[in-house]
Amino acid sequence: MAIFDPTTLPTLVISLISIAVVLYAVISIKRGKEFTIREIPGLKAIDDAVGRATEMGTPVLFTPGWGGDIQRPTTIASMNILSSVAEKTAEYDCRLIYPTHDPVIMAVAQEVVKEGCLKAGYPDRYRADDIFYITSSQFGYAAAVDGIISRTKPASIFLLGTFEAESLIMAETGNAVGAIQIAGTDSTIQLAFFIVACDYTLIGEELFAASGYLSKNKSILSSVKAQDILKLLIALFITTALIWATIDPKSSWWKY
Amino acid sequence: MRVKIPLAICFLSGAIMFIQYFSRHPLAKAVYNGILDWWQIIFAFTLFVGVAAFIKSGLKSVSWSKARPSTGRKTDAPYKAISLVGLALMPILALAGGTKFGSPFLWVFDNMQAPMQSTVFSLLAFFVASASFRGFRARTIPATILLISALFVLLGRIPVADYFTESLAKATFWIQDYPSMAARRAILIGIGLGSMTTALRVILGIERTYLRGER
Repeated sequence: MAIFDPTTLPTLVISLISIAVVLYAVISIKRGKEFTIREIPGLKAIDDAVGRATEMGTPVLFTPGWGGDIQRPTTIASMNILSSVAEKTAEYDCRLIYPTHDPVIMAVAQEVVKEGCLKAGYPDRYRADDIFYITSSQFGYAAAVDGIISRTKPASIFLLGTFEAESLIMAETGNAVGAIQIAGTDSTIQLAFFIVACDYTLIGEELFAASGYLSKNKSILSSVKAQDILKLLIALFITTALIWATIDPKSSWWKY
Repeated sequence: MRVKIPLAICFLSGAIMFIQYFSRHPLAKAVYNGILDWWQIIFAFTLFVGVAAFIKSGLKSVSWSKARPSTGRKTDAPYKAISLVGLALMPILALAGGTKFGSPFLWVFDNMQAPMQSTVFSLLAFFVASASFRGFRARTIPATILLISALFVLLGRIPVADYFTESLAKATFWIQDYPSMAARRAILIGIGLGSMTTALRVILGIERTYLRGER
């Protein structure tokens, strides 16, 4: 029985190139190379959103959506933002509500928020009851979150994670109660809804760059830089294939 | 130790899942299926924790003890009470009458739960209309281009459009296949790269937010 599956060769090559680029970026920054990250309005607005909720005396609502579980990179990325939001809400003594559809996400979110409160210097402001599991049913979850939004009227809503059809139901309800909304997801279909219904939308890789942007951690920032290098490589590949296809229409080496 | 052990487990799990993807050896398949089984077991146990937390929070809301107004527990109480009744009732009905056709469990599911889910889903139609109304306001040049493109696509996708002109349908498909697809693919490349670097950060231990927020 063959150990290696030859049909996965292109994926292996691309994965190894990507790992090499990420490691190169991490090593470069450790040797003192400086990287800058462009301003992301959606992430810059987190302070304003939490400040607004504090001033209005209403809670902040954070939902990771219904579509994903903890192993999805989008959920991990949303946890990074939750950490910063939890720190800010603890600092300003603002209530943070986190309803979820997945008990594993609930357990991780409780730990992340607890640590956020600890970092802010207010461990007593952590409320475990506000990070809770509702249901695994998609529209049951959407109805419950809509109900919470309608009753508590949060001044700020964060819709960051994996969303499906429930995205617009939640975003429009948030819009109806006048909340400032910051959204981000990995689904291009749901992104269109968020752009229309929310004040700020994290598009594409912006959601994944949040961790480095908010923490200013150099190692994380270096991986964001690696994303840019990889994007450049992909652009070069597409351009080469485009020119090649124009000169030799029968060629198809890039379709391996 | 509190950080090093989870990091080591994370690295090993990530490395094993990465390596097994490139192998067709039966051992790789067995490892993959074993990890999936473990995941199901962990999920089942955390589901107990989730449901227990839900019951605890529900009972707190419906209890007569004084709740702080800021927690919103008083306004939640009727909804929490109904959800607790539903949570208790469904397993009782399933145990008492089974889940086959004609059972009380299935009757409740078909006549109460399914219509409620459909009702929430149907709200989407109204929300799409209100969101489109806001989104398609021709305030700027890009917004006007978006509005005109949307009108083309909307008109081109209705069956009656074919009776008037074929070029409208062609224009619709051109918008969807070229400018729209190009923008979607650009976003998808960004998302793919972001997902991959996030996964690498977690596997290599650079990203530690899931470990009680440690970075």
